[in-house]
Amino acid sequence: MFPWLSVITFLPLVGALFIAIINGEKNIVNRNARYVALWTTLGTFLTSVFMLASFDPSIADFQFEEKREWLGDNITYHLGVDGISVLFIILTTFLMPICVVASWESITDRVKEYMIAFLLLETLMIGVFCSLDLVLFYLFFEGGLIPMFLIIGMWGGPGRTYASFKFFLYTLLGSVLMLVALITMYVIAGTTDIPTLMEYQFPADLQTWLWLAFFASFAVKLPMWPFHTWLPDAHVEAPTAGSVILAAVLLKMGGYGFLRFSLPMFPVASDFFTPFIFIISVVAVIYASLVALMQEDLKKLIAYSSVAHMGFVTIGIFTLNVQGIQGGIFQMLSHGVISAALFLIVGVVYDRMHTRRIDAYGGLVNRMPIYAAIFMLFALANVGLPGTSGFIGEIAVLIGVYQVNTTIALLASTGVVLSAAYMLWAYRRVIFGDLEKESLMSISDLSRREIGVFIPLIIATLFLGFYPAAVFDITNASVENLIGNFNAALEAYQALTVTNR
Amino acid sequence: MDVASGSASGDLAASLTLAYPEMLMAIGAMALLMLGVFRGNSSTRLVAWGSVAILLMAAILVLAQPNGRFVGFGDGFVVDPFAKFGKVLVYLGSAVAVIMSLGFLRSQKIERFEFPLLILFATLGMSMMVSANDLIFLYMGIELQSLALYVLAAFNRNSLRSTEAGLKYFVLGALSSGLLLYGCSLIYGFTGTTNFDVLRHVIVPGEMGLGVIFGLVFLCAGLAFKVSAVPFHMWTPDVYEGSPTPVTALFSGAPKIAAMLLFVRVLMGPFLGQDGTVVPEWQQIIIVISILSMTVGAFAAIGQTNIKRLMAYSSIGHMGYILVGVAAGTVGGVASVLIYLMIYLAMTLGVFACILSMRRKEGMVEHIEELAGLSRNQPLMAMALLVLLFSLAGMPPLAGFAAKFFVFRAAIQAELYGLAIIGLLASVVGAYYYVRIVKIMYFDEPAEPFEQPMSKSMRMVLVTSTLFILFYLVFANPLLRMTEYVAKSLFL
Repeated sequence: MFPWLSVITFLPLVGALFIAIINGEKNIVNRNARYVALWTTLGTFLTSVFMLASFDPSIADFQFEEKREWLGDNITYHLGVDGISVLFIILTTFLMPICVVASWESITDRVKEYMIAFLLLETLMIGVFCSLDLVLFYLFFEGGLIPMFLIIGMWGGPGRTYASFKFFLYTLLGSVLMLVALITMYVIAGTTDIPTLMEYQFPADLQTWLWLAFFASFAVKLPMWPFHTWLPDAHVEAPTAGSVILAAVLLKMGGYGFLRFSLPMFPVASDFFTPFIFIISVVAVIYASLVALMQEDLKKLIAYSSVAHMGFVTIGIFTLNVQGIQGGIFQMLSHGVISAALFLIVGVVYDRMHTRRIDAYGGLVNRMPIYAAIFMLFALANVGLPGTSGFIGEIAVLIGVYQVNTTIALLASTGVVLSAAYMLWAYRRVIFGDLEKESLMSISDLSRREIGVFIPLIIATLFLGFYPAAVFDITNASVENLIGNFNAALEAYQALTVTNR
Repeated sequence: MDVASGSASGDLAASLTLAYPEMLMAIGAMALLMLGVFRGNSSTRLVAWGSVAILLMAAILVLAQPNGRFVGFGDGFVVDPFAKFGKVLVYLGSAVAVIMSLGFLRSQKIERFEFPLLILFATLGMSMMVSANDLIFLYMGIELQSLALYVLAAFNRNSLRSTEAGLKYFVLGALSSGLLLYGCSLIYGFTGTTNFDVLRHVIVPGEMGLGVIFGLVFLCAGLAFKVSAVPFHMWTPDVYEGSPTPVTALFSGAPKIAAMLLFVRVLMGPFLGQDGTVVPEWQQIIIVISILSMTVGAFAAIGQTNIKRLMAYSSIGHMGYILVGVAAGTVGGVASVLIYLMIYLAMTLGVFACILSMRRKEGMVEHIEELAGLSRNQPLMAMALLVLLFSLAGMPPLAGFAAKFFVFRAAIQAELYGLAIIGLLASVVGAYYYVRIVKIMYFDEPAEPFEQPMSKSMRMVLVTSTLFILFYLVFANPLLRMTEYVAKSLFL
């Protein structure tokens, strides 16, 4: 069988190697690096689409599996995707060419290194979503820090050093605790194979500790309140494409981690910690929305809005019913597209004016009508306007959580209102009003390249908004399987404790 | 596992066959010494390459020795897979140090033929340490190694710092040798033997007498000094900083490996339970010095501005991680120690190849700020150093991660959860200072570029070690199986 996943994972790496050996005059090197990166990412995207075409959504189990000897002692090179992970791979490969094109003109310094870092990052991100071995997963999960650290630090804004260190050390600290848990699981179960570990039942008291260790890593990555403080810094300082990848893909690794590890492997602990997750998620939704309301920096505003939206994701995942989890996954994908677009929107004006302060703008609609229209669409999508993907994710999560906890549902829905407040207010201040500022008089509307960047994102947002079944059909079987196994494990445990009593 | 074994105690000729590599080194070193004496300092290059050839030939001789456990010279000298593995690593580390020293010696105008010879003699001592099966042999090996290293530390006798380093190393080293010898004599006094095999039967873990425990503690203190584990690490930063850089490169490689392997052999030989269980008497000691080394190595390095001092603290930290594997006291633990040492050697040699290339017109520079903007001036060197530094920090997917992973796996298998958690948290702190160098190289504005591109030999060392670090995890399995086999040989 064709090794789809290995090819998709390592194709960007091959591209990076090609870029590494480009030599010669600076301009030619830069141009070649850009084109090689573009074609590689496009090729990866097409390959992943072909893979999706032959993906069978009716199978709940893993598909396109590859398993090879690797480190011995039951640590194998094991890849595979199911309905939960396959769409994240598509999201990653879909966004990468957009990032490359978005950086086409804004990155002029050390283009070669920039493209290498991005392609490396793509390999590591795809690897996270398709590895079915704990050690392999950790390798990709943690390895992604290196290129992201370099991207923030080398091409970021004035405070890039602080932001990159904060990002790096914060995430690393979360991850090493996961490493301890991971090794413990390996020592106890004797294998790091994820499908095998999903069947394995860890003792209940141990599950609590393992769950907490994994939580440390995913909560920082996602990020959940109160572990989110690295995110605004990293987002503000990162170059546009770096923010895009950070918000759209890297954050999703946390949510994916909950779905792949916490729920199926530690069902008892997950059940135990559900109220805790609900509470901090609701705090995240409300608190982050209020903070976003007060931001003067556009990127920071979107960063806090990301924290709020991720709150919806965790609420959805821990409702442990089909609507909630499907909604959580959908919300992640939709946020991947929308937040990517919003960061690109900020990047457009930042490239022109070199400031992200909201009060530096105003009345842009007079000079930039196309820009204003696109911004409007994504601002409303972020708010959750019906017809855009943002609506489906939020409503599905709210339906899911209403079935288990009405208070949480009520509090979470205030987040929707608040998001409308901060988003529309920011939009009004940037776009409407009179064009008063001298510096804005000569600002130009989107170039053709920039419009080209937004078109796929617009299509994706509207398509998912009008036809969410495209996602739900793919995730359905795997999610139902996940919930079925979860409930079975929980019942078995409860039966056990009853008989022990 | 079916392994041949034999004892050649009575038979001198058979004993000598076990020591072919050592004999080659001793005789070769003396022959080169004669050459040097007659031809003067103009023969330094010849002597150096001769030393490298001897070291490589000795490594081949080691590999040619039959598999299995053989003892000779009154059961005091052992050749087993463990010793063979250690010797090959040590010879390799020394040979690379000799190669890396050539350009440095010339530029510093201290190109004297004694330099490679002293390394050769030190390596002979390390070789004996790795093969020691008797407290007398242990002491002999350590002293032969140390005496040669004291001289090497002070080799640049026109430099105040170098002579200071040599003296400091000598005084503290002599003290630690004293402790070690005192420990040996206590053990001998309370058990009546110095041979490891006999000691193993005499000492009953769990009910060691107070005298033996005292001896063990002193022995551990002496050996901890040699691997520069906290609290016996005080000499390391000063000696690393003061010594000529190629000597520092040697110090952080081969002698550490030899001392660590000797440490392992002492603890897992005479002081291991009959059924192969860990002995709490020494496990506690190792756990404490391991935790201290990891944390001191991580925190103290943060404030360093001299790259050699920084590497000193880095090596203290890494010794702490290796001791985690030792503390586990299992086959897996020893195997993880061997993996770690192998990867550690590759990382250190690569980093020192870079440090030795930090040269301006006015001479060598050692301040880490001098690396500023290296990514623009010398992109390839910067990229290689980036890989090595992230590997030292233990980031996947580089080899340094594999090293840490196996060490902590061994610790968790031995149920040392606290040790593993503290160690991993320390590794986050440690990551900060490695990443800080990356930041200086990649984020900061360029400083004045270094004088010339790296010499051919440096480039070779750097490229080889970087490729090893990069692709280690792809081809790790055969090496893992080998270290496992080697580790098992120790427990027979």
